[in-house]
Amino acid sequence: MKKILVQGKVEGIILKSETPINFLGTVDKKTGIISDKNHELFEKSIKNSVLVFPSGIGSSVGAYTIYSIKSNNSAPLAMICQKADLTVATGCALANIPLVIVSDEEFSSFHNGQKISLDTESENPILIIQ
Amino acid sequence: MELTREEESALKGEQGEIMQMAYRILVATGEATDAERLVPIEWAHLSGVNYNTIGDAGEELLSSISKNARVKVKTTLNPMGFDIDNVSNYNLDENFISKQLSIKNSYETMGVNLSFSCIPYEIFDIPKEGTQVAFAESNAAIHANSYDHLKTNKESSFSALASAITGKSPYSSLRKEDSPNLTIRMKVDNPNELTYGMLGFFAGKVGDTSVNISGLGEMDRRQCKAMCGGMGTSGTCAKFLFGEGDADCEKVDFDKKEMQNVHDELNTAEKGDLITLGSPQLGLEEMSDLTIMLKGRSFKKRCMIFCPRTVKEQARKIGYANKLERAGCEILSDCCTCLTPLINKDEIDAVTTNSIKGAFYLKNSNGVDVNLKPLSQIIEDETS
Repeated sequence: MKKILVQGKVEGIILKSETPINFLGTVDKKTGIISDKNHELFEKSIKNSVLVFPSGIGSSVGAYTIYSIKSNNSAPLAMICQKADLTVATGCALANIPLVIVSDEEFSSFHNGQKISLDTESENPILIIQ
Repeated sequence: MELTREEESALKGEQGEIMQMAYRILVATGEATDAERLVPIEWAHLSGVNYNTIGDAGEELLSSISKNARVKVKTTLNPMGFDIDNVSNYNLDENFISKQLSIKNSYETMGVNLSFSCIPYEIFDIPKEGTQVAFAESNAAIHANSYDHLKTNKESSFSALASAITGKSPYSSLRKEDSPNLTIRMKVDNPNELTYGMLGFFAGKVGDTSVNISGLGEMDRRQCKAMCGGMGTSGTCAKFLFGEGDADCEKVDFDKKEMQNVHDELNTAEKGDLITLGSPQLGLEEMSDLTIMLKGRSFKKRCMIFCPRTVKEQARKIGYANKLERAGCEILSDCCTCLTPLINKDEIDAVTTNSIKGAFYLKNSNGVDVNLKPLSQIIEDETS
């Protein structure tokens, strides 16, 4: 792991995207469902997942989308990125969603459906449970 | 990141909840961008204004923090959802209007200049070269770094708000001298503003925090803005430098094939039911150009034009506004194509525009199809 941007402890199932996410306009702020037809997570909900994706992109207002999905109980339990970006970093900071940045190697070791535990205080912060 | 004793105390909450929240955001921003300390900024430009984008959660957050938060530096503001002068012409519900006005009031209470514009670089004086600012609007951050010789991160709504309240921002790589590791070679001949928008969208996808772009040639203002808008939409890139860059830079071509890929991703209709111009908003020069291009012609379908209020007022005085309205244009200030609540998929199937940024959000957020054309083609096809 490279960096811890927002601390926390959660356990959940990985939802992984190989493509970056523009939170504004492509993630429904009430339901957490992806509306971009060209996105690999189209029509999937990011709610209660451990969302693994390269980084946030695009609009600065995406930070409000992250805050909104949290307020509407539709947010991921945690986010894991390859690259830090300010939209995701500050959205997660204000919404208190744990966020860590991982190496390319670690990123490629995560797969959809894996159950993992994330504890930013632990010596091994990310453990794949099954 | 190293904090001063005063900054530490704010982070601990000793200066109130608002300051603690602001410093928490700044620390996350600093950690994300490997900054070693905070530096003062002179100007913040905020995004997160349109009720359509920030919703009830955003409206409530702003209402709550505006009770105590006040901005410390010059702070300007992105567009909101409508133009109060003509909102009654559009089918917007009362709830939207009252929530939008609440957002407006919150920003006003915090001491923000209610500019409602995504082109602050065009309507305000540009400070001296190298001035540190914090611009959240993505096209404005790119324009500030690439054309205006200012220094900003590609701020998020929250990092810019935290900077406005504290007067500080992390000293990240974009605020120093940086050298991109990628060069994009522009290979498309006779580019128009749509070509530059697609180049920007492509560059945003392949670039990291900054890129070199060679082969740009002379660009007019419309083309510059289109490129900044496209780039801000697709990536994390916040700056481009003109030229080939260092010899060891990786080189990527932007040729007809790459352009076609962007076009195929965003162009989903052969024709539109209405036309929108202005994402980013039009400045006075573009209003003047458009008036000249429309001389003796008028639109055969609705054409919505988005601009800042100051530009609308100047255009009215000079006489452009009346001429544009006679040519069938609806002029809207304080708002923008991007994330507009004024275009509804129940009434409109497809929109014609020359904006790549507009196209992306019309398609994904408004859920309408998009027909992309450069302005010259729009005027040829859609007016008589």
